[in-house]
Amino acid sequence: MSSFHKIISFIVISLFLLASPVSANAPASATAPEKESFDVKSFILEHVGDSYTWHVTKWGDTEMSVPLPIIVYSHTTGWHVFLSSVFHEKTEYEGLSIAADGKNKGKIVEKDAAGNEIRPFDISITKVAFALLFNSLLLIIIIMAVARSYKKDSFESKKGFVGFMELFIMNINDEVIKPGIGKDYKRYATYLLTVFFFVFINNLMGLIPIFPGGANVTGNIAITFVLAIITFIIVNLSGSKEYWKEILWPEVPLWLKAPIPIMPVIEIVGIFTKPFALMIRLFANMIAGHSIVLGLTCLIFVTVSMGQAMNTSMTVVSVIMTLFINIVELLVAYIQAYIFTMLSAVFIGLARIEPHHVPEKVKE
Amino acid sequence: MSLLLPDSGLLFWMLLSFGIVAFILVKYGFQVIIKMVESRKTYIDESLLVAKQAYEQMAVVKAQGEVIVEDARREQVKIMNDAAQTRDLLIKDAKEKAGLEAVKLIEEARKQILIEKEDAIRDIRRQVAELSVDIAEKVLRGQLEKKDEQMDMINRLLDEINISKS
Repeated sequence: MSSFHKIISFIVISLFLLASPVSANAPASATAPEKESFDVKSFILEHVGDSYTWHVTKWGDTEMSVPLPIIVYSHTTGWHVFLSSVFHEKTEYEGLSIAADGKNKGKIVEKDAAGNEIRPFDISITKVAFALLFNSLLLIIIIMAVARSYKKDSFESKKGFVGFMELFIMNINDEVIKPGIGKDYKRYATYLLTVFFFVFINNLMGLIPIFPGGANVTGNIAITFVLAIITFIIVNLSGSKEYWKEILWPEVPLWLKAPIPIMPVIEIVGIFTKPFALMIRLFANMIAGHSIVLGLTCLIFVTVSMGQAMNTSMTVVSVIMTLFINIVELLVAYIQAYIFTMLSAVFIGLARIEPHHVPEKVKE
Repeated sequence: MSLLLPDSGLLFWMLLSFGIVAFILVKYGFQVIIKMVESRKTYIDESLLVAKQAYEQMAVVKAQGEVIVEDARREQVKIMNDAAQTRDLLIKDAKEKAGLEAVKLIEEARKQILIEKEDAIRDIRRQVAELSVDIAEKVLRGQLEKKDEQMDMINRLLDEINISKS
C-alpha cells in the first residue's frame, strides 16, 4: 500500500503544480493549502485497516476501486449478498449502511426496532479477506507446483525456482524447526513450514503496492490471533507430563506453591502470554511497517502548505526514505515469519520436555 | 481501538482459508517435498558410501596388482638371470667338449701319422733292401760270367762256411 501511495503522491503533487500555478507562484496565499490539508492519522488508519472496497486510486473525479462482495446475515431480514459498489451511489441498501462514526465506524450496520445501530453477522469478503484468500491460493499454487516437480522425478537435483524453494524450505526445516523442537520434530515440521510460508507470503504481498498486493493482512489482529491460537492449541496438546508438572507443581521451595500457589499462577499466566506475545509481535511489526511508509509518504501532503521549495525538497526526502523503509520491510517480512515459526517451534519444544533434575527429585 | 479487536468476519475467513491451506500443504505439499528431499539425501549418502567402499576396494585391488606386478618383475629378473647362467654354462660345456674332441682328434691324427711314417720307413727299407739285392745280383752276375771265377767263388764260400763251422 505504501509504495502505491508514493506513486500516487507523485501524480497528485505534479497535478497540484500544474493545476494551480497561481498558488504555486504565490506561496503567501494561505487559503489554498488549508483546503488541501488532511488528517494524517485517519489517512494512515484507513489504509492499514480493513474496508469493504478495494480503493485503487482517484483519477480526476472518478474513483477507481475494486468492488468486493458483502455477505451479511441479519437476524431480522436474513441473508444479504451484494457488491460493495452499491454504496458509491447511496448510503443505505436493503436496510444496511456503513457506519460513519461511533464504535462501529466503517462497518456494516443496521437499525433494530428501537433505532439502535447493531452489527449483523458479517462475513463479507473485505479487502483483507480478499487479499488473504488470494495469497492463500497463490501459496497453494507455488508449493504444489514445487511438490509436483518432485513426483515427476525425485532423484534429480532441482534447478531454478524449485531448487530455490527446496533450499528455502529445507533451510527453515533444518535450521529453525529442527533445533527448536528437538527430537520428533517431523510431526510438526509440515505445519510450521505452512505457518512460515503463509506469514511470509502475506508479508511480502503487503509490500507490493498494486492491486492484488498491498493489503495489510498480517498486520491485522484477526489473522495473527488465529495463528497464535493454533500454536497455543498445538503447544498444550503436545505438552508432556513433565511440562504440566512444572506448571502446576514446579520444583521451587514449598512456600512458593502452597498454601498460596504463586508459582503455578505465574506459570499458568505464562501459558497464555507466550501465544499472546506471538500474536502482538507479528501484528505490531507489520502494522508499524505499513504506518511508517504511509507516514513518510504523508510528508509530501503535509508540506504542501509550507511552500514550493519546502514541498519539493520534502518530496525528495520522502521518496528516498520510503524506498529505504520498503527495503527494510522486505527484511522484516522475512524476519517476522522466521521469528513466528522459530518461537512456535521453541514453545512446542519446551512443552515436550523430558524429566530432568532426577537427583533433586530423589532428594525431595 | 478497532485495530486491536479481531473482526468476526475476518476470523471466519482466516480460519477457513488457513485451514484449507494448512490441510493441503501439510498433506500434499511439504510432506511430499520433505520426504523426497530426505529420500534423495539418503540415496546420495548411500551412493557416496558405496562409492567410498568401491574406491577402497579399488585401492586394495590396485595394491594387490602392484604386488603381483612386482613379483612378476622379480620372477622375470630371476628367470633372465637363470637363463643367462644356463647359457653361459652350456657355452662353457660346449667349449670344453669341443676342446677335448679337438685334442682327441689331434692325438689320433698324430698316431696315424706315426703309423704311416713307420710304414713308409719300412717300405723304404724294403725297397732299399730289394734294390741292394738286385744291384748285388747284377754285380755278381757280371763277375761270375767266367767259369773259374765261378769256381773261385764257390770255393771261397765253402771255405767261409767251413771256417764258421769250425
